[in-house]
This record gives sequence, structure tokens and C-alpha cells, in this order.
Amino acid sequence: MSHGAQIGGSIRRRLVLQLLVVAAILSGLLYFTVRSVADQAVEATQDSILGSAAIAIAEELRGGDEALVIDIPYAAFSMLGAVGEDRVFYRILADDRTETGYADLPLPQRPLSGLSAIYYSASYDDADLRLAAVERSVLVAGANVRVVVVVGQTRTAKQAIVGRMANRAAALGLGFFAIAAALAVLTARSVLAPLANLAEAVGRRGPQDLRPVTRPVPLELVPFVAALNGFIGRLGVALSRTETFIAEAAHHIRTPLATVRAQAEIALRQAGDDRIRATLRSVIRAVDDSARSAGQLLDHATVVYRSDQRADEDIDLGALVEAVLRSFAPTAELKDIALTADRPEQPVKVWGDRLLIESALRNLVDNAIKYSPPDTEVTVELREAKLRAILRVLDRGRGLAGMDASGLTGRFKRGANVEDVIGSGLGLTIVREVARAQRGTFKISQRKGGGTCAELSIPLR
Amino acid sequence: MRGIVHTLALILAGQLAQAVEIEDRAEFGDPEAGRVLSVLSTTDAVVFSPLVEAFLAGRPDLRVTYTVASSQDVYDAVLSREGGFDLVISSAMDLQMKLANDGFASAHVSPATQALPQWARWRDHLFAIAQEPVVVIVSTRGLAGLPEPHTRSDLVNLLRDNPERFSGKVGTYDPAVSGSGYLFATQDARQSDSYWRLAEVMGTLSPRLYGTSGAMISDIQTGRLILAYNVLGSYAQALLEPGGDGRVIELEDFTHVLLRTALIDRDGDEPELAGEFLDYLLSDEGQTLIETRAGLPRINEQALRAGPHLRPIRLDPGLLVYVDPLKRQRFLNEWAAAVTRR
Repeated sequence: MSHGAQIGGSIRRRLVLQLLVVAAILSGLLYFTVRSVADQAVEATQDSILGSAAIAIAEELRGGDEALVIDIPYAAFSMLGAVGEDRVFYRILADDRTETGYADLPLPQRPLSGLSAIYYSASYDDADLRLAAVERSVLVAGANVRVVVVVGQTRTAKQAIVGRMANRAAALGLGFFAIAAALAVLTARSVLAPLANLAEAVGRRGPQDLRPVTRPVPLELVPFVAALNGFIGRLGVALSRTETFIAEAAHHIRTPLATVRAQAEIALRQAGDDRIRATLRSVIRAVDDSARSAGQLLDHATVVYRSDQRADEDIDLGALVEAVLRSFAPTAELKDIALTADRPEQPVKVWGDRLLIESALRNLVDNAIKYSPPDTEVTVELREAKLRAILRVLDRGRGLAGMDASGLTGRFKRGANVEDVIGSGLGLTIVREVARAQRGTFKISQRKGGGTCAELSIPLR
Repeated sequence: MRGIVHTLALILAGQLAQAVEIEDRAEFGDPEAGRVLSVLSTTDAVVFSPLVEAFLAGRPDLRVTYTVASSQDVYDAVLSREGGFDLVISSAMDLQMKLANDGFASAHVSPATQALPQWARWRDHLFAIAQEPVVVIVSTRGLAGLPEPHTRSDLVNLLRDNPERFSGKVGTYDPAVSGSGYLFATQDARQSDSYWRLAEVMGTLSPRLYGTSGAMISDIQTGRLILAYNVLGSYAQALLEPGGDGRVIELEDFTHVLLRTALIDRDGDEPELAGEFLDYLLSDEGQTLIETRAGLPRINEQALRAGPHLRPIRLDPGLLVYVDPLKRQRFLNEWAAAVTRR
């Protein structure tokens, strides 16, 4: 997938990671919020019960002629057992003298006022206490006696309740985090889906497909796609400029070469000296080879150009084969090569670009003649099989000499046994390009009994 | 039976815990054994000996010292913090509650204590080992045709309408002397206003005041009493002769259920041993022995559900109220004013 791309981090990983961090922070906040709210709520509950107990005792205080009467109501302490099983402590003071209860129970630091209880925490007898204190004045023997009632309770039950709630809050936070994590992964995937789709669409394109990307993309990808399209456009222009240049060059070379050849032939006819005639013949042969190479370059440029902009039509391959063989008849005759067609009577119809297929066939036949020794046979076979038209060009030439068949179809690749024959190495490349443009296949193999079998197969109409 | 029971004289036992006035003291197990579990209890040694012996069976390394004292002395002994006792068993729930609340008990957590119903324990410090209804005993011969009372109102009416019959023939605990009697009277007073009416009526009948349930039961049997109010039902069932004169009545407006409770003394030497014995008392085997051999009803929630009039005295901080010296003095004064008319 990464075709040489350098990996520098992952957007998805970063996205998931950041979402997880946010979720973790929120989970933590949730936990501490629930915990502190629970803590406050339970403390408020304990305070109100402690306050009620202290007030209940204070309200039962009686004055009189003789002494202060303290009559602790049973419910005052009994209600303290309602929340949980906590230890209970109390202290009742009259004018700062302890009347009953625990004489060393800590008193509040703040001043007391009226019958509303004030609450405070203190340590007593190795335990943390929550205490409530109320103050009340009682008339005893005509004098005002200031009575303070302190009721305290350990905080075991409160801590147990807060602990339970904290556990629940922790479970809640963890659950929240788990859901958020799952959602983060899904979100990252859905956010990045258009990117993956775009990459897949671009990756699926054929090697010649240089059309701009026109599929709708999310707003954020528009700059990227615009840049990509601009790049593709520049690439296309550069490519077509190169092809045009090659075609122009080939064309401009071929025309003067034809002139040179014609002049050389005239000179050959007029020349009397054998040495000069031999020289002229080799000039003509060299000009022919150059012309063929220039022709192939032109063919290749044409094939590449027409692969993109095809002019498809109904083609009868039988007629095409006949036409090509006719055009090669003089060349074959020069080498005493028998050029024959083996084809069905009825037409074999395909849908394709005539120029492309003709160009492929011309290159195959040209190769076959070029690499065949004199006085041999070159056969072009046309068959219909399994919805395909199969064109075979068979020769008794020098064969492939064990070369890898697929290696021969590369641009400017030539066989190892052809150094004595002039060639550009473009012929089979052109055939392969045509096969691909026509959604067909091309293969070349060693022929039984010597020679080569080149096979081009194209889907039938 | 390999347990040897020694009943020692008061003077001898007094050497160990001077602060306590000891009523009885018994030794179980091999006198040479290395580890000693010391139990301080308000329950008679005879009642508890089957349990101690069963606990000691198969444990030759142990012996048990079982000391009996009144509930107030038991409380004072723990309060003195002189140590010497590991497990403290008492019927005075209020005093036990006070000890546990004020930090004189060690926490003990075990499957046996966890299995106790919520009402039968306070924190991990105080545990009920038996539940005993507080009942009325009447002599059928003494009633002689009068209807048996079923509620406190019935009782008030019965006593008020027949003063000549009941004069001098009604008995109850003296709360100033008996810790259990004080607990019953205070719980009655807080439970219902009719208690004070009853106290007033009893006061007009020159009631006899007792320190123990046993004494009231024997006076019913001898005919000195016709009616005894607030008697421990477990003792009544055990002591009344079958087919005899005494009848046990659980009043239907409410019948308090006393919880006999145990705590582990924080200042004891063998807290682990105390925990083991406590677990044994709460185990099914121990509870069965408490019911069949000691004659104390086992902890049984079913029984409470079956009798809607049964109200276990709640193990909650409310019990502390009547332990307050001012409150106690006030209550005793009021009680004396109503009953003894002093």
C-alpha cells in the first residue's frame, strides 16, 4: 500500500489518542464530582441527624427552683443509630461546667448562637468525630444558666456510604471511558473513511489514466485533491509533450531518410563501380533500418496516445490480417519467406481501435520476418476461442534462446541472441500496450520444433 | 467427661480481679494447660458448663476460667481496665452497649458474626448469643378464677380491681439493685405510657422487690407471690415444675426480648481465643447447646417473626441514654415515687 511513502505518524492514532485523553479527563472529573457530591450529601445527612439529636436534648432541658433538670430523650440517641452503627458521644455543660457525658469531649471553636446547631469535626479517643453543638439558656432559681449540648458520632457509616458511592462512581467513570473509547475508535474510522476511499479510487486507476479526480470529497480534502489534480494535469502535459516530441522527431527523420533512400537507389542504378554499388546497398539497408526504427517510435507514440483516446469501431480481424500480409509481401519476397494466413472463412469481429490492432500485428509480422532465416515460413493464425479472438504469429526463426518472455516486452529490451540484427526494442512493447488497451493479453513463447510463437488475444465483439 | 469443675471460694478468686465482687468461679480443662481463656459472665457457671466443656473437647492445650458476677460488677471490671478477662458475657444490654461504644471492646469479624441478623449485633463489637423473652408469671391457684391478663391494660385492670387479693403478692425487679431489672423497667417506660399506670397500681399493692428472676419464680411456686412482672422467660421455663402451679404469660401488647450479649475485652490477654469461643457460641453446634443444655433460646429470627408481640430490645445508641448517671438517678427517683412511695 505504502509504495515507498515515508510514514510519519498516524492521523487515526493521534485522533484516537486525543479523544481517549479527553474521555479519561472527563471520567476522572465525573468520579471526583460524584465522590465529592456524595461526601457532602452524606455529611449533610449526618449533620442534620446530629443536630436534631442535640436540639432534642436541649429542648428537654428544664429549669426550676432547685436545679437544672437534664432528661435525655431516648429518641435522641436512638435516631443516631438510624444511619449506621457509629459510636455516640455527648457532653452537657451548664455555665462551662460538665454536668454529664464525656467530660473531655472537644467543644466547638466558634461561638454558639441560639438553638441552631453548629457542626464541627474533631478527633476523640482515637476516632474521627463529627459533632453538633447547641446552646440554650435555662432559668434556674431565678438565674440564667447557659447550657451547651454537644452530640458527636464516629464517621464509620458515612465513610462506608461514601466508599460505596465512590465505587459506583468509579464503575460509572470506567464505563463512561470504555464507551468513549469505543466511540473514539469508530469516530476516527468514519472521519478518515473519505481519505481511504479517495486513496483506493486513485490507486485503482490504470497506468495511463491521467484524468483529474472528479469524485466529490469532503471540504477538508479539497485542497489536497486540487493539488493532486494540478499535479496530474502537469504530468499529462509533460507526457504528451514528450510523446509529441518523439512523434515529431520520428516524422522529421523519416521524410529526409526517404529522400536519401531514393537518391541512393538512383545512384545505385547509375553507378558502374562494384565497390561503390556495395557501399550504396549498405547505405540503403542502414537507411531502411533507421526508417523502421523511426516508424516504430512513431507507432509507439501513436499507441500510447490512442490508448487514452481510442476510436473504437467494428473490426473484421480476417480482413485486417489479409491487408497486413499484403503490405509485407514485398519484404517477405526479398528473403524468400513464405507468408501465409490461416483463418476461418467467416469474419472474426472485435470492437477496438483499428490503428492499434493493425500496429500490433505489423510489429509481430515485422519481427517474425526480421528474425527468420531465408526460405522459411511465417504463418499468421486467426482463431475464435472462448469469446476471444486469438492471433498467432508463428515463425521458424532463432526463437527466444531461453530468455524470459515477459522481459522482452519491456521498452528498449532486446533478446540476447539478436545483436547481429538491427532493432529498436520497441516492437513487443507496442504489442503489449495494445493488448492492454484492448483488454486483451499478449504472450510470446518458444515454438515446438524451433522458432517463436507470439500470441495476441482480444475479446470478441 | 474430662472437664474438671472447680468451684472456689470467693476469697480465693478475689485475688485475680480485686475490683470485682465475684459470685462464683469455675475452672475447666487441664489445670496444667498452657493457654487460659478467661470468661467474665453474669450467667451461672452451671448453665454454661456444657458449652465450655464442648468447646474444650479435643483441645488439651486450653483451660477456661469462668467467673460469675453481677451485671454492674461485670461492667465495672471491664471499665477498670485492669484486664484479666478475655470474653465478657452479660444480660445487661445497656451496660454492654456502653462498653462497646466507649471503646472497651475489640472488633471481631468472622463468618459466624457475619451470619448474625442485623438486630443481633452492633458493629463488629457486640454480639447476641441468646434471645430471652421478658414475661409475666402467674400462679393459677393464686388467681383462682380471675382471668389471665393478656395485655398491660388487662394487668392494670386486674390489679386495680382486686387489691385485697394482690396486696403483698405482686413481685418485680428492684431496678436500683438489678441491672436487668433496670433495663426492663426503662425499656417498658420508653415503650409505653401504660407502664407508669402499671407502676402506680403496683405501688398501691405493697409489691415485693427482687434482685433475680430465680427468687421470683421460687416465690411463685411457694405461693408467696401470685404474679411476678418482668421475669426472664428462659429461667421460668427451666425452673417451673412441669404440671405445677406457675404459668408463663407473654403479654400481647408487647413482650420485650432480652439479648444476652458478648464482647471481647480490649484489655484481655487472649483476644484470639476469645474470638474462637465466641464463634463457637454462635455456631450451629454452640447455639444448639445453648438452647438444649443451657436452656437459653437460641438466636432465631423465625421465632421473632412468628410472634409479632415479641420485640427484641434494639442494640442501638438509645441504650446509652439510661446509662447516663443523671438520667438513671431521675428514672430511679420517679420509679421509687411510683412503686415504693418512699
